[in-house]
Amino acid sequence: MNAVVEEHHDDHHDHGPAKGITRWLYTTNHKDIGTLYLWFSFAMFFVGGICALGIRAELFQPGLQIVQPELFNQLTTMHGLIMVFGAVMPAFVGLANWLVPMMIGAPDMALPRMNNYSFWILPFAFGMLISTFFMEGGAPNYGWTFYAPLSTEYAPPSVTFFIFAVHLMGISSIMGSINVIVTILNMRAPGMTLMQMPLFVWTWLITAYLLIAVMPVLAGVVTMMLMDIHFGTAFFSAAGGGDPVLFQHVFWFFGHPEVYIMILPAFGVVSAIIPTFARKKLFGYDSMVYATASIAFLSFIVWAHHMFTVGIPLAGELYFMYATMVIAVPTGVKVFNWVATMWQGSMTFETPMLFAIAFVILFTIGGFSGLMLSIVPADFQYHDTYFVVAHFHYVLVPGSIFSIMAAVYYWLPKWTGNMYDETLGKTHFWLSFIGVNVTFFPQHFIGLAGMPRRIPDYALQFADWNMISSCGAFLFGFSQLLFLFIILKCIRGGQKATERVWDGAKGLEWTIPSPAPYHTFSTPPKDMAEAHG
Amino acid sequence: MSTEETYQEYYVPHSSKLPIFASLGIFLTVYGLGNMFNEMSAGSDSSFGEIVFFLGGLVMGGTLFFWFSEVIKENHSNLYSDQLNRSFVWGMSWFIFSEVMFFAAFFGALFYVRAFVVDWIGGVGERGPSDMLWQDYEPVWPMMSPPDAEKFPGPSELISPWGLPLVNTLLLVTSSFTVTFAHHGINEGNRKKLVNWLIATISLGIIFLFVQAYEYYHAYVDLGLTLASGIYGTTFFMLTGFHGAHVTLGTFMLIVMLFRSRKGHFSKTDCFGFEAAAWYWHFVDVVWLGLFVFVYVLGS
Amino acid sequence: MRYWLIDCYTPHLKIVKLGLKTKASMLFNNVIVLSLNGVSQMNNLKQLRHYLLLPMLLFCQTASADFSFWNLRKGVTEISREVYDLHMLIFYICCVIGVIVFGAMIVSMILHRKSLGVKPATFHESTKLEVAWTIIPIVILIGMAVPATSTLRDMYEPGEPDLDVEVRGYQWKWQYTYLNDDPAKEIQFISALRTPQDEIQNRAGKGEHYLLDVDNPLVVPINKRIRFLITSNDVIHSFWVPDFAVKKDAIPGFVHESWAIVEEPGVYRGQCAELCGKDHGFMPIVVHAMEQEDYDNWVLEKQEEAAKVFEIVGKSWSTDELIEKGEEVYARNCVACHQTNGQGIPPAFPSLVGQGIPVGPIAEHIDILLYGRAGTAMQAFGQQLNAAEIAAVVTYTRNAWGNNMQDSVQPKEINVMMASQ
Ligand code: HEA
Ligand code: HEA
Ligand code: HEC
Ligand code: CUA
Ligand SMILES: [Cu+2]
Repeated sequence: MNAVVEEHHDDHHDHGPAKGITRWLYTTNHKDIGTLYLWFSFAMFFVGGICALGIRAELFQPGLQIVQPELFNQLTTMHGLIMVFGAVMPAFVGLANWLVPMMIGAPDMALPRMNNYSFWILPFAFGMLISTFFMEGGAPNYGWTFYAPLSTEYAPPSVTFFIFAVHLMGISSIMGSINVIVTILNMRAPGMTLMQMPLFVWTWLITAYLLIAVMPVLAGVVTMMLMDIHFGTAFFSAAGGGDPVLFQHVFWFFGHPEVYIMILPAFGVVSAIIPTFARKKLFGYDSMVYATASIAFLSFIVWAHHMFTVGIPLAGELYFMYATMVIAVPTGVKVFNWVATMWQGSMTFETPMLFAIAFVILFTIGGFSGLMLSIVPADFQYHDTYFVVAHFHYVLVPGSIFSIMAAVYYWLPKWTGNMYDETLGKTHFWLSFIGVNVTFFPQHFIGLAGMPRRIPDYALQFADWNMISSCGAFLFGFSQLLFLFIILKCIRGGQKATERVWDGAKGLEWTIPSPAPYHTFSTPPKDMAEAHG
Repeated sequence: MSTEETYQEYYVPHSSKLPIFASLGIFLTVYGLGNMFNEMSAGSDSSFGEIVFFLGGLVMGGTLFFWFSEVIKENHSNLYSDQLNRSFVWGMSWFIFSEVMFFAAFFGALFYVRAFVVDWIGGVGERGPSDMLWQDYEPVWPMMSPPDAEKFPGPSELISPWGLPLVNTLLLVTSSFTVTFAHHGINEGNRKKLVNWLIATISLGIIFLFVQAYEYYHAYVDLGLTLASGIYGTTFFMLTGFHGAHVTLGTFMLIVMLFRSRKGHFSKTDCFGFEAAAWYWHFVDVVWLGLFVFVYVLGS
Repeated sequence: MRYWLIDCYTPHLKIVKLGLKTKASMLFNNVIVLSLNGVSQMNNLKQLRHYLLLPMLLFCQTASADFSFWNLRKGVTEISREVYDLHMLIFYICCVIGVIVFGAMIVSMILHRKSLGVKPATFHESTKLEVAWTIIPIVILIGMAVPATSTLRDMYEPGEPDLDVEVRGYQWKWQYTYLNDDPAKEIQFISALRTPQDEIQNRAGKGEHYLLDVDNPLVVPINKRIRFLITSNDVIHSFWVPDFAVKKDAIPGFVHESWAIVEEPGVYRGQCAELCGKDHGFMPIVVHAMEQEDYDNWVLEKQEEAAKVFEIVGKSWSTDELIEKGEEVYARNCVACHQTNGQGIPPAFPSLVGQGIPVGPIAEHIDILLYGRAGTAMQAFGQQLNAAEIAAVVTYTRNAWGNNMQDSVQPKEINVMMASQ
């Protein structure tokens, strides 16, 4: 395989990376762009995390200590926005950039210049978003769901920049997704059929489709806000014949698929890692593909489960409840398949596997609470309490974030050519695992006991659990400094990685040297037996 | 998917200054726009926003010009394989799909308002006795008198679909044909046919825009139908306005294609640029038909 | 720990109040109360002990408490109990599935490891299995959907209300109006947070119902069907009383319905459950449910009060009286935005000191109080305060913090303006 990569020497393809900063500014190389995305996302994870620590510090005890309510709302909002749009989504795009071409045997992404454009829009967008903290009236303070009219008539002036930041993110995501789809559909190595693609590629194909379908809807809804704010339109004002609830419908038509956008690639990552360390083929490949597609389809028709309390007629409530519950079935299929893959395997527990297993367990717990939320009468009690916060952090933090961490550990040797420090990696895992549970498990309790979300201060009966939760948050947060250290250490050196890195690993990316050469598969690989595990 | 036989060298430019300038351009554009809007709403007479916006537009426009020139140059130096051209085709199709979804959001808003909100505000239907709050309100569409008629003074009259809108429909439908004739021109290798039909299409597009501009003027000045005249005006102007913006963009694309045609670009096997513009044009046309039916005919 | 917190803020509070009922838990209480003596100077060792006690404590709480620290409460309506049972049912189902799934994983992790020399099996599909684990969850889901549907239907059951209360959310308080065909008999009042700023800012110990206490609770009779007509004046709020399992968003421009039949007299506390701006965390809901008789008395009292207001508005006030009353009104209604020192939180909430309307013509000042400023948080206080209160607060703000305008307005004059509207 090595030979395949090197045999072809062509004017356009034997360039190594350029030197200095321009390498990153001008690059069209999918690996460089992947790296840019991943570092950007990591930085945003820290910024969003610092907001979260601000929140948790304030909630450590009842009473207002550290931040006043206005700032608290800004922190909550920016935390949600930055984590969702700045940390998780770019991280997955980064992984897609690094991995999709290598997994399907393509020389690069289909539209390399546009690929760079998609990335470089993001620092501008988030620069503008974060700068709102310093504007008159402060940063967005209406929650990451920015319900009108709090986000229109009653918003600080920075809302205009927030809207344009969202537009930029949308443009970036749409172009990024077009690139992914086109790469997958058009650039697979000869002989690789769709049903031979690694699951990570499948999940990204479907995710990209979701993104192209819903990001424009988000752009639409923020545009409506813009018009209501500056041009006197009445989309979200009953006085003019509009309806604030219209905002929520349009937002959640985007918002619900959005949460699956943040989990489907994670499913792909886990479906790559578990078979490797169980040394056993993934159980039920076909049903995994169909389950992913069903989840994506269902995600378009369940949006109003976020709005059970807004006064939807009975028939609507019932429909959205049933449709939402159905999602448990394909998701269950995935969980069972992973368990069946582990069953009677020959498992070892390196750091990526630890994160992957924790993903399966903790994501499932988050799924269970999601299912509880979908039961309308019960949701009346859960809605807008910390029970919801617990639910979505279980699916997002030990879900999406853990899967990203698992992916980083898994492919880091391929990226850098060096093995990471396994002892430190395991330490990082255990600290994170404990931290996450200590942070978010008690939030189920405070939620059920009646603590609303998005409040800077609370009644005394919620005090214990909040204190525990805050301790966990700091433990989890600071453990991530260790993660940063491990990555830097691995980049700088360490035991040299072999081509295959993990003895059970399957897939084209393991047939090329570590670190992966700057250009791979300039001519396509021939041996498709390697293609999927 | 490429099979072994169809596999060709895939051109990967090894670096490019274009994207970073395009990013800067788009950033300046929206940052300027944001400042402009905020200055406008705050009643400030600062022109910082305008300046930045203008600058951004310049950077963006310039970058796009160089970007497309580069792509055309690369194409002409035979760097592009069929596979790569397929990437462009896929890319454009998905881009149009994303535009469809953008319009879907606004159509969705219109349908939701018409089907539900109009009644709900009047206390009709299952949402609750909201008429408690709006005693003088009558739940009818088109909404001539919004619930709070002081804040949102309704229009005095609406635009009849069978006047100028019908003319505009005919203009756009015709233009879909003319652009197809132009395409035939490429296929037949008949450059004159291509150029002439393109000119016809562009003219139709421009006439359409003028008619629409006149219609807006009429609506604002004579009918009291404005963006701020309640939800009818809101949906009317937002849907038709975004459509108009897309017609403008499409016309620009066609003008570029006209220049390229004159320079002798495009052949039967190599006319992706033209095709992309034509698809876009058809898409804009289809959206208009939707508008004509749902906004104009069923709207009044 | 909880007790540590409560104790250092409110030494008088009895643990028993927290809802523990069984003998066993009483016993625990004593232990805890003992171990908490002298908590204010708690040392680390003692604190550690509380952490250890906590799990046990929680365990005994669930036995009988109707209001728990880690679970939903059963509440005091038929609906709320149905919801509780539904919640427990789905919770237990999830637990069982969890035990099976995680059990299988754990068994596999223990037995099927490379370090035990296990050779990997080669199977990778089984249609039978896959069909089974598609069908079984569907069946389980149907099992959940059936009771959920019936509970939801009960909640949506239309019925003749015995009492209609309009609930209107404002930034950041609630207004309750007892609708009556005879407008003269309508009772209307504002219900706002009572917890003093000193407690919130940690300058004083925290009281028993910290953040869950209001000046004027909503009062309702028991065993009557009360219909809440929920709306909002500005942004979206959400009216939530956990003990009734009622949560409904208050949407400006729309009215939504919800209802409850409260079965036990008592005081039930909830909070606004939709982010509504700065003080979203500070707009509690307190419902006082009482026997019909007590309720009738309360209604009479309220109506008398209204008559008294009529008198008050009619009399002539001295400037000092107005300022004194105005300070009180200001503290209750205005500090949330304009702050105690009048400086506000610019630019969202303007300062009232030495600039703008408060030092301009008095007519404009009265106008903004009566009618508010549309599209901003500044509400039409004409709908919330009586003429005397408006006159007082206008006079107060024009003369406080060195504004020193030396003018005043009489309630009578305000009354004329309000009546002409
Ligand atoms: C990665 C993100 C992610 C994922 C994957 C999910 C998954 C699910 N979510 Fe979640 N959700 C969010 C992110 C996510 N959610 C966020 C961010 C919010 C809050 C937004 C906000 O308001 O700010 C939210 C809020 C939210 C609500 C609204 C709550 C409220 O505000 O009142 C609801 C209600 O139905 C819900 C339901 C579900 C369901 C049913 C699933 C299902 O997909 C879960 C399916 C999985 C399982 C069920 C477990 C595995 C299955 C088995 C082992 C099979 C057998 C099981 C059974 C038969 C029970 N979610
Ligand atoms: C993927 C998304 C994601 C992720 C990863 C997280 C991660 C975390 N979240 Fe977040 N959260 C959301 C998405 C996410 N959240 C969303 C969407 C909301 C809803 C917002 C809304 O209501 O509008 C929310 C809301 C939310 C709330 C509720 C706020 C409220 O309702 O008032 C809380 C409270 O505890 C919280 C906590 C945390 C914590 C402790 C983490 C931790 O996991 C974070 C850990 C990471 C770090 C702490 C960074 C590490 C960095 C350092 C330690 C830096 C130190 C270095 C220097 C100082 C140089 N989150
Ligand atoms: C929920 C928030 C809120 C509350 C409570 C509130 N205000 Fe205001 N107030 C505002 C806002 C916001 C403005 C600015 C309105 C604008 O933009 O014109 C304002 C403006 C004013 C002004 C005009 C200031 C100027 O110079 O333009 C006065 C006077 C005033 N308020 C008095 C009061 C009094 C008296 C009370 C109590 C009875 C009160 N407000 C309660 C939010 C509030
Ligand atoms: Cu009112 Cu939150
Ligand atoms: Cu959802």
